[in-house]
Amino acid sequence: MGKKMLVWIAGAFVLVAGVGPAAAWAQKGPIKIGFLAPMTGGAAQVGKDMVNGLTMYLDEVGHQIAGRKVEVIVEDTQGKPDVALTKLRKLVESDKVHVLAGGLFAHVGYALAPRVDEYKVPMLYPVMAADDLTQRKPSKWVVRNGWTSSQPSHPFGEWVYKTLGYKKVVVIAMDYAFGWEIVGGFQKSFEEAGGQVIQKLWPPLGTADFAPYLAQIRRDADAVFALMVAASALRFPKQYQDAGLKARLPLIGGGVTMDEFVLPSLGDEAIGTITPLIYSAALDTPVNKRFVKEYRAKFGKVPSYYSETCYTTGRWINEAAKAIGGNVEDNEKFLAALRKVEIPDSPRGPIKLDAYGNPVQNIYIRKVEKKDGELWNTVIHTFPAVSQFWKYKPEEFLKQPVYSRDYPPCKYC
Amino acid sequence: MLPRHRVIGLGIMLLLLLVAPPFLSSFLLTLLTQALIYGILAMSLDLILGYTGLASLGHAAYLGLGAYSVGVLTTRHGANFWVTLAVGLLLAAVVAAVFGLVALRATGVYFLMITLALGMVIWGLAHRWVSMTQGDIGISGVPRPDLGLPWSLAKGIPFYYFSLAGFLLALWVLWVVVRSPFGQSLVGIRESESRMRTLGYHVWLHKYIGFIIAGTVGGFSGVLWGYYNGFVSPADVELATSVEILLMVALGGRATLLGPALGAGVIVLLKNLVSVYTHRWLLILGAVYIGTIVYAPEGIVGAVRQFAKGVKPEPLRSKA
Amino acid sequence: MEFWITQTFNGVSYGALLFLLAGGLSIIFGMMRIVNMTHGSYYLLGGYVGLTVIWKTGNFVLAILAGALTIALVGLGEYNAFLRRLGGQELGQVLTTMGFALIFQDLGLVIWGGDPYTIPAPAALSGSYQIGELFFPVYRVFIVAVAAAVAVILWVVLEQTRVGAMIRATVDDAEMARGVGINVPLISMGVFALGAFLAAVGGVVAGGFVGVYPGADFEILPYAFVVVIVGGMGSLKGAVIGSLMVGLLDNFGKAFFPELSYFTLFAPMAAILAIRPTGLFGRA
Repeated sequence: MGKKMLVWIAGAFVLVAGVGPAAAWAQKGPIKIGFLAPMTGGAAQVGKDMVNGLTMYLDEVGHQIAGRKVEVIVEDTQGKPDVALTKLRKLVESDKVHVLAGGLFAHVGYALAPRVDEYKVPMLYPVMAADDLTQRKPSKWVVRNGWTSSQPSHPFGEWVYKTLGYKKVVVIAMDYAFGWEIVGGFQKSFEEAGGQVIQKLWPPLGTADFAPYLAQIRRDADAVFALMVAASALRFPKQYQDAGLKARLPLIGGGVTMDEFVLPSLGDEAIGTITPLIYSAALDTPVNKRFVKEYRAKFGKVPSYYSETCYTTGRWINEAAKAIGGNVEDNEKFLAALRKVEIPDSPRGPIKLDAYGNPVQNIYIRKVEKKDGELWNTVIHTFPAVSQFWKYKPEEFLKQPVYSRDYPPCKYC
Repeated sequence: MLPRHRVIGLGIMLLLLLVAPPFLSSFLLTLLTQALIYGILAMSLDLILGYTGLASLGHAAYLGLGAYSVGVLTTRHGANFWVTLAVGLLLAAVVAAVFGLVALRATGVYFLMITLALGMVIWGLAHRWVSMTQGDIGISGVPRPDLGLPWSLAKGIPFYYFSLAGFLLALWVLWVVVRSPFGQSLVGIRESESRMRTLGYHVWLHKYIGFIIAGTVGGFSGVLWGYYNGFVSPADVELATSVEILLMVALGGRATLLGPALGAGVIVLLKNLVSVYTHRWLLILGAVYIGTIVYAPEGIVGAVRQFAKGVKPEPLRSKA
Repeated sequence: MEFWITQTFNGVSYGALLFLLAGGLSIIFGMMRIVNMTHGSYYLLGGYVGLTVIWKTGNFVLAILAGALTIALVGLGEYNAFLRRLGGQELGQVLTTMGFALIFQDLGLVIWGGDPYTIPAPAALSGSYQIGELFFPVYRVFIVAVAAAVAVILWVVLEQTRVGAMIRATVDDAEMARGVGINVPLISMGVFALGAFLAAVGGVVAGGFVGVYPGADFEILPYAFVVVIVGGMGSLKGAVIGSLMVGLLDNFGKAFFPELSYFTLFAPMAAILAIRPTGLFGRA
């Protein structure tokens, strides 16, 4: 079908656009996308999910965007900033890509941004979520079409207080910037609504045994907010249950604690956990249902938010390139077009960028449930069109320091 | 002092390094720059590993100290190149002086393990001392140094020559050290500690000074590394980096100075260039590790020497 | 009181886990003076093999045995083909075993993919014993039991049997051992295989607790080294006490000084090394 479609599109294109410009573009060759992701090492599977998402979209459009062929060059960052920088140089200077995308870890995002600005090649950040990339240290050439870490936490904090009625919450989160930002956003809005964070525990990244922390959790709390990533997300819920805590203190947390990347590997101990994120594979819309079905058929697993954001990245590039008639060589125009993209019907819902270059998008409150023997993040509430600043005025919000271990301070600890 | 054919060989290598840049793609040029900087680091390790016979598993710490000096001082205090250089070298020297006190109580595998532990302490600090290092997100936005030269070091080719100058300087310093009576006594210690002791040498002090020099030169490579990447993060001081430096030295040839630099070049190219063609590059890197030990235990330089001259290289087996 | 009981139990069970990770390393390191960077890979591959077996058969015990035996063979191959010739060359050993670690890491990724898994433990081992307000997870008790069993078996074999005497003789003085007719190469191979075997047992048992995922190999390696260093290289007693000490120190350190959690592991080690470079029970 791909080939047929290609011929079809090419034919239609020649008819509509005439031969002249087509010939000119043909001389320029394909639109080149440089994609950076970890393909080896501990995060290789996440990198694969990312590439799969992009590939799936490009397959759908027959690797044709705005009438031009698309070529994707995937480079392995090994999850390390210095390697990512080297590969960035390679993609820009040797491969002469027109647009860049990808990246997984926050430090890679911070390392790449200044160089991307120097090269003046637009780069999409579908996954890297560090707040300041679109808040206090924005880059002109970086277009974040993913999310900021604290974005889902803001509405969630208030919702937890008002809807779940929890008054006192204990936080246990991975001790690094991503964890601080997710916790910070939650604490800010939860406490403004009237709640109290009464304890903050910060186990280091890669903690194998949570027992010393679990034993410290204050039993006078109403719930525990957890932020775990990757392998920690795998082991935390079980240890939480075995310590006898699940029955007493309900578990809520950051979205990646229960994302679709770890969910298939979890057991019944995860059931009932409530987390917010920009996406859920269980999202009940026709677009998402089709996306999940086809992704599963193609790659044999449920798409994670890594897959969805990178799938949408393909769409994003397509929309921008179409808007400027495929003339991606004009980098300034291309960048402007990338910033103007609005997608009303992505699998995760409608998306457009705010003035700071971060998506305004739906935040889904999700509850882990078991359906047909599989765990899913059932959406129990949707906050439509949430910006990274939520209900705050950007100028006001930016006056506060970036969320950290000690900000907001723990007033009720 | 040197045999003529080696002078000619070195001359050709230097000439190639000098004239190559305009003919290389900018990607290859950046790899070559990286190779030079890692070359300095590998040569500095060679001083204690090759010449003194002490295998350190924590040498990446000095790369990190130099790089963090640059990161912190430039982004927060607007320091110029000379200040960052002075602080970077001094910090590396001081840390090496402290670590040396602990590590040099041991030899062989114990030395390996202790340096590993000390390296992990630096890694822990890089992660944990957030107010200083910004933790895992690292320090970004380090500007390239401005030396008042007519060429901007922000460009690839000038920075390459800048790194080359740094490389030659480090090479010269280490060369002087290993050729000096002090360097000769280090080799003597490697061969037989007890004999040197009997001869009245203060063995521990020799090792200690060698350890500090190696750390300081390692810090120098870190300063360049910080400027080169414009970014510093805990990834620079990982255990894997320390092991990689060991490999560079072994692959190039211990106690040859230029060998380890060559080894650094091979590994940098392998990591960055081969991974462009295949995501299975780790298999190849693993094979290089094993192949080096099996087929070229004296490294590339040793193998070439043996092949070309039929001469047996010096025995370099360090004592357990 | 509750706090002390819970945290002591946690510390002991964490120590038991560390013993399973580090026991094999300690044996290979202590008896053969080989710095084995492949140890983490044995652990991870053992976990993966166990995982495959448990998916196929659902039998936990079989998974442990299959994982351990497979990895013992892998270790034997590595030792025979490469390490045997590198006696006394610690640099050669480090680099060779590191090379294998990289190759195994990538092979693991190719064969099992990069998704994180946990080893599904039998129902009998899930849940918790509850005594009053205190919870004791069954699986943690199980880990303690396995570690204790391994320690006792090793002690009996090494100290009470003829084979053990031969091993000790080989370690103390290979020349002499050869002289009295001990098959030194065979003993060395056996010891190395035993170390790999134990690592893989650790991989399957700990896999039910910490998971099996890419990167686990290099994550556990420093822990194993810490235990071996603290306890002293080359003594079973050192490995046992080292594990317990590190487990308890780390646990109480995290409980009392959570803000120092990155250092609760490495700081005691640095302190001990500064005083005794060969570890608590090490033989110089």
